[in-house]
Amino acid sequence: MVMLEVKDIYKSYGKVPILKGVSFTMKKEQTKVIIGPSGTGKSTLLRCINQLSPPDKGHVWLNGEEITNPKTNINKFREKIGFVFQDFNLFNHLTALRNVSIGLEKVKKIEKEEAQKRAMQELTRVGLKAQATQYPAQLSGGQKQRVGIARALAMDPDVILFDEPTSALDPELIGDVLDVMKSLCGKVAMLVVTHEMGFARNVADEIIFMEGGVIVEQGAPKEMFTNAKMARTKEFLGRIGALYGEEETGG
Amino acid sequence: MALETLIESLPSLFDGLTVTLLLTAFGIILGTILGIVLATGRSYAARPLAYLILIYEKVLRGIPLLVLFFLIYFGLPQIGINFDAFTAAVLGLGLRSSAYQAQIYRGAINSIPEGQIHAAFSLGMNKLKAIRHVIIPQMLRLSIPGWSNEFTILLKDTSLAFGIGVIELMRQGRYIQVRDPDLVLIVFLLIAIIYFVLVFTANKTLRYIEKKYQMAGYQAEAHR
Repeated sequence: MVMLEVKDIYKSYGKVPILKGVSFTMKKEQTKVIIGPSGTGKSTLLRCINQLSPPDKGHVWLNGEEITNPKTNINKFREKIGFVFQDFNLFNHLTALRNVSIGLEKVKKIEKEEAQKRAMQELTRVGLKAQATQYPAQLSGGQKQRVGIARALAMDPDVILFDEPTSALDPELIGDVLDVMKSLCGKVAMLVVTHEMGFARNVADEIIFMEGGVIVEQGAPKEMFTNAKMARTKEFLGRIGALYGEEETGG
Repeated sequence: MALETLIESLPSLFDGLTVTLLLTAFGIILGTILGIVLATGRSYAARPLAYLILIYEKVLRGIPLLVLFFLIYFGLPQIGINFDAFTAAVLGLGLRSSAYQAQIYRGAINSIPEGQIHAAFSLGMNKLKAIRHVIIPQMLRLSIPGWSNEFTILLKDTSLAFGIGVIELMRQGRYIQVRDPDLVLIVFLLIAIIYFVLVFTANKTLRYIEKKYQMAGYQAEAHR
């Protein structure tokens, strides 16, 4: 069953067109990875989905209900759509635990004690039980991002959008975050914009290759990596593969 | 004898001090609440409202406090709005302070990364919740140094309420001076010391609060 449907999304910033008609669908608990060169509109696409920057044209449905309908209460939908940011965007004045529980307390109106219990479970799930009382500034980048993931998970979303979740991290910290994301596979739908080809190849159910504001090609990772139909996809994957090294694709 | 007069006058100075503290308290409360509303309105409200707030700030920061006092206390009765001197002084102090405080808060809001409000929206918070639970708590912490400054300015400026006849510390000093002109130096020295001690204590207390509520990792470290 289709959980998320994105249809014919257009978005410009000023006169510069960023997205020129993007459509795709996602099933429940599916993992999709969006790859493509910088400036192609991958992040913009994610922000169009949860309406952080509403599209100029096009529609988005979540479980059959239209998000892009102007009459809809967007906040209700955003509860169901987790978002993990490239630069974490943790709340600086709150501990790791409160970062995770605040959505439960203030949006879901769950009692503070209950919310924090739930938050602690999510922190444990991402391996940060011991860091619960620390503030964002006291955490490493990788830890911050895992708090970010726990914060999204706590809301019990239908889908989590990841906007280059490892791009701001030191290489040795990327693994921890990717491991957490792998562990979520098949438990919650994930739409991931990333340059981590190893993750795309091994974890994704499907890969979407975007360039110039459109989807050039999409398909299963195996197909895309070994037998891409479009020349441009081949070229991009070839270049990226050479850059990041083939050994990553093994694990 | 002069000393006796001075000692006899002390209770009246104490009364004046009480009024000064009340002016300060009401003024700063009004200024703070209104200042927060103005600053968040200026940053997040729709255009026409944000623009009106801008005008309000510019006007109130552009006129001397004593003129504001006179406008409220002597001017407004002409159009049928009457306040007693104390209320007029609180209004003048509070309204002017709100304009200055709005600037302090706006500066703090601008230094909060925009991603914080995106993250709040992504959790399903509406604008009001995001402002209340994410922006304002950070804004207040970042504003403490500026607010301390504003607090001490307001405390000292309560003495201008003298001009519209509020019987605060200054006015009580003036009464003693009229009764016994020989005491003028000692009385106003005494009053100066009282103001100084108040400001000094306030600064110390606020510095303590600033440290206590500092966001971990956000304290500027001294590099000497």
